[in-house]
Amino acid sequence: MTALTPTRDEDIIEAIKLARSERSSIAVEGQGTKQLMGRPMQAKRVLSTRAMTGITLYEPAELVLSAKSGTPVAEVEATLAARGQMLPFEPMDYRPLLGSSGEPTIGGLTATNLSGPRRIMSGACRDSLIGTRFVNGHGVVVKSGGRVMKNVTGLDLARAMAGSWGTLGVLTEVTFKLLPRPETTLSVVFHGLDDQQAVALMAAAVGSPFEVSGAAHLPVGIDRIAMTLLRLEGFAESLAYRAERLRVLLAPFGRCDVIDQAASTSLWAQIRDVRWFCEPRSEAIWRISVPPSKAPALLAQIAAGRRIRHLLDWGGGLVWISTAPTDLAGSDLIRQAVRQAKGHAMLVRASEGARGTDGTFEPLAPAMLILSTGLKRSFDPDHVLNPGRMYSGV
Amino acid sequence: MGIAFPVPDQAIVARRDDIIAGLARLLPADGLVTSDDERRAFETDALTAYRKMPLAVALPSTTEQVAAIMAYCHTNGVKVVARGAGTSLAGGAIGQEDAIILGLSKMSKVLDVNFADRTMRVQSGITNLAISDHVMPQQFFYAPDPSSQLACTIGGNIGMNSGGAHCLKYGVTTNNILGVRMVLVDGTIVEIGGEAMDAAGYDFLALIVGSEGQLGIVTEATVRILRLAEGARPVLFGFATSEEAGACVAAIIGAGIIPVAMEFMDKLAIEICEAYAKAGYPLDVEALLIIEVEGSDAEMDATLARIVEIAKQHGVATVRESKSAMETAAIWKGRKSAFGATGRIADYICMDGTIPTGQLPLVLRRMDEITKHYGLRVANVFHAGDGNLHPLILYNVNDPEEAHKAEEAGNDILKLCVEVGGCLTGEHGVGIEKRDLMRFQFNEADLAQQMRVRAVFDRQWLLNPAKVFPLDGRITG
Repeated sequence: MTALTPTRDEDIIEAIKLARSERSSIAVEGQGTKQLMGRPMQAKRVLSTRAMTGITLYEPAELVLSAKSGTPVAEVEATLAARGQMLPFEPMDYRPLLGSSGEPTIGGLTATNLSGPRRIMSGACRDSLIGTRFVNGHGVVVKSGGRVMKNVTGLDLARAMAGSWGTLGVLTEVTFKLLPRPETTLSVVFHGLDDQQAVALMAAAVGSPFEVSGAAHLPVGIDRIAMTLLRLEGFAESLAYRAERLRVLLAPFGRCDVIDQAASTSLWAQIRDVRWFCEPRSEAIWRISVPPSKAPALLAQIAAGRRIRHLLDWGGGLVWISTAPTDLAGSDLIRQAVRQAKGHAMLVRASEGARGTDGTFEPLAPAMLILSTGLKRSFDPDHVLNPGRMYSGV
Repeated sequence: MGIAFPVPDQAIVARRDDIIAGLARLLPADGLVTSDDERRAFETDALTAYRKMPLAVALPSTTEQVAAIMAYCHTNGVKVVARGAGTSLAGGAIGQEDAIILGLSKMSKVLDVNFADRTMRVQSGITNLAISDHVMPQQFFYAPDPSSQLACTIGGNIGMNSGGAHCLKYGVTTNNILGVRMVLVDGTIVEIGGEAMDAAGYDFLALIVGSEGQLGIVTEATVRILRLAEGARPVLFGFATSEEAGACVAAIIGAGIIPVAMEFMDKLAIEICEAYAKAGYPLDVEALLIIEVEGSDAEMDATLARIVEIAKQHGVATVRESKSAMETAAIWKGRKSAFGATGRIADYICMDGTIPTGQLPLVLRRMDEITKHYGLRVANVFHAGDGNLHPLILYNVNDPEEAHKAEEAGNDILKLCVEVGGCLTGEHGVGIEKRDLMRFQFNEADLAQQMRVRAVFDRQWLLNPAKVFPLDGRITG
C-alpha cells in the first residue's frame, strides 16, 4: 500500500479524485492505532491525517475547542488541562488492548465515537461533537455544525460523522464542547457482589440525585474479591456529602469504603482502557452495549456456553468480554444472547480471519442495511473511503 | 410577507376527492379531517403570519395506520407534512394545498417506564411536559424543557432538536433520545437505536433529530429520564448594563461552574414578563440574569457563594434568591411565558440565532442598531450560557409595511449571528422562516451533501417539502 500524508484539504481532494478515476480505494487513518478494529480491507493507498495538526480555536470561557483532525488527543487533553478543562466523554485509549503504537488523533477518536466511563453522566463523544469539516467521497469539502452548542440549522451531518469509521468522509477538522475539569474525585467501593447485585446497586446509585460519574463492576477474576465502584467528582465538600448519602442509600448492599483521589484516578483509567484484558493477547475481546438491567442475564447465558472473563462499565450498560478465539470467538452464542438482550456487540479484538469472516459490527436489520448503503452512497458514491470497514457493501 | 411556497401540484389538488376516499379506507371515521372549518385549525402553526389550507388532515392512532397512510401517499405522489401540536415558531408544521397534514396528536400514550435503566418509551404525540409529569412521583424527569412544553410534543421536539432553559447542563433533544420507531416514506416501519446507550452502525438518530419531518414519521421514542436533583434554586442578578451581565456569564463558565440554567432578559423583556407573571423581577436594572443551581442545600449555598462573588466583580446591582417553591415557580413562569406575555402587548417575530457567547456585547449593540434602523422595538430573552438568542421583534401584523420591516430586521439579525461565528437557529428549526437564509450559513457543497442524505430517505421530496432547503437547486438523489 502507498502511504499518503496530506497537509492540506487540496491534497485529500486530489487523492480521492485519483482513486475515483482508478476505481481504487483508500484506507483512512490518523496514526493507525485502531487499524486492527473493524473488517479487514484491501485498499490501494493509506491516507493518514497525521500531518494535519494543530488546535485552531480554543475559547475557555465558551467551553469550545476546534482542532485539525490529525492533532494528537494527548495534545488536546494537555491544552485543556492547563486551563482546568477537559473533553466531557473521557475517551478510552485502545492501544493497550490492541497492542498498537502511535498517538491516537482527535479525528480517529471522532470517527470511532470513543467514550469512556463518564458516558453515563456527560454523554458520548457524539454528544459533545458540535462541528466537523470533512472531504467526502466526491472529493468535496463539506462543513456541518459549527462552534456553538445549540444548532439545528439543517441536517446534523456533523454528529453523524461520529462513529462512521472513515467511511463517509476524511475528517479534516472537528469541534467539541468542553467541561470544566472537576476539582477533585473519589470513589465509593462495595465488595463481594455478584453481577445481579452489582447492577442493581449501580442502577440505584446512578438513579440517585448524587451525580455518579462512573459506575463499574469488576467481578471475581479481575481481583480476588469483586469490586463495585461508584465515582464522584466535584468540589471536596460536595464529594464528602454525596459519598455519605450514597453509603446510607446503598447500605442494603453492604459496607463500603472510600478510595481517595490518586487511587481512584488510576483505577478509572484502568477501567476506561480495560487493562485487565490486554493479556493474554490470544484472547478475543467483545464490547457489548445493552440496557444495563439486561446485563446479568446476558452474561449468565453466555457463561453457560463458554468460558469468559468480563467486566461491566456504564452501570452495566457496557459489557466487556474476553474469551478464547475458538469458534469465531463464540460469535453465534454471543450475538444471539446480545440480540435477546436488545443490545449490540462489536468484536473489538480478533484475528483478521475472524473479523473478515463474521464481521465485527452488530449485524443490521434489512431495512437499516438498505438505509446504511444509501447513506454511504450519498457521501461516497464510488466506495473510495474505507469500503467494507463497517459492513460489506457499506 | 416575503416567504414563497412551492406552486401546488394541480394534478394532486384536482384529485382531492379521490385521495380523501383513499385515506378514509385506511383510518377510523374520526381520523380524517376534511371540512373547511375543521381543516382551518391546521392551516398554520405558531408562525401565524403564514397560512395554507391542507388537502386533508389525517389523525392516525397507531403506527400501522401511519404506515398505511405513508404507503398510500407514496404510491399516489401525495406530499405529507407531519404535525405534533403545531407550536413551531419557524413554520415547520404549516402545510400546503397539495399536501396532507399527518397529525400525531392521538398517539400520546406512555408505553413503558424503566427506572432501572432510566428510559421511557412514549408515543410521539405525547406532550413534552406529560413525559416529565408521568415520572415526577418517582422524582425523575425528561430534561429538555422548551418554553412551550405544556403543548409541544416529543415528536415535534425530535423534528426540531428542541432545547430549553436547562440544556446548559443536560443537553438538547439529540442528547436525550435513545431510540425511535419511524415510518419511512414508503410505509416501511424501522426501529432505530433502542434502550442501550449506543446504537449499532451509523448514527441515524443524529440525522433524524432535527430533520424537521423530512426523513420519516417518528411514531414512538425511547427517551432518557434523569433523577431530579435534591433541590434547585434560581437567583436573580440585576445589572446596570447588558455588557456587565454578558461578561459575568463568561466569567462564571471560565471559573469552572456550570449552573443548570443561565437566562438573560433585557429591560423591555423584564418589564413585559414582570407585568404578566409578577415574578418579583427588579425593574430598575438594564439586564437580568436568572441563574439556577442544583444540589443539596449546602451544595447550592457553596456554588451560589462563588457565583455571587463573581457577579460582584462584574458590578451586579441586585441579587435576589428564591426563598420558596412558590417564588421559584413564579421566577420560571415569568421567563417561560416571555413569548406569550410579549404577545399581549404587540405582535412579534421571534428569532433563534445562536452566537459564541464572547460576541454577546457586540451582538446586543448591533441588534439594537438594526431594530432602530427599521424603526422597531426588540425585547431580548436568551439562553446566555449557550449563546442561544431569542430577540422578539415587536410589530403590528395589520401593517404590511411594518411586517415587512420586522422580517427584514430579523433576517439582518440572523445574518449577524452567522457573521460572528454562530448559526441561524439554535432550537426552533429552519422551517420556512429561515429557509431562504440557509445559503448565508452553508455553501452549495454543504447543502448538496445534506440534500443527498435527505434523498436517501425521500427521493421524491414528499415529506414536508417546502421547508429547510431553498426552493431552487434541490437535489433528488
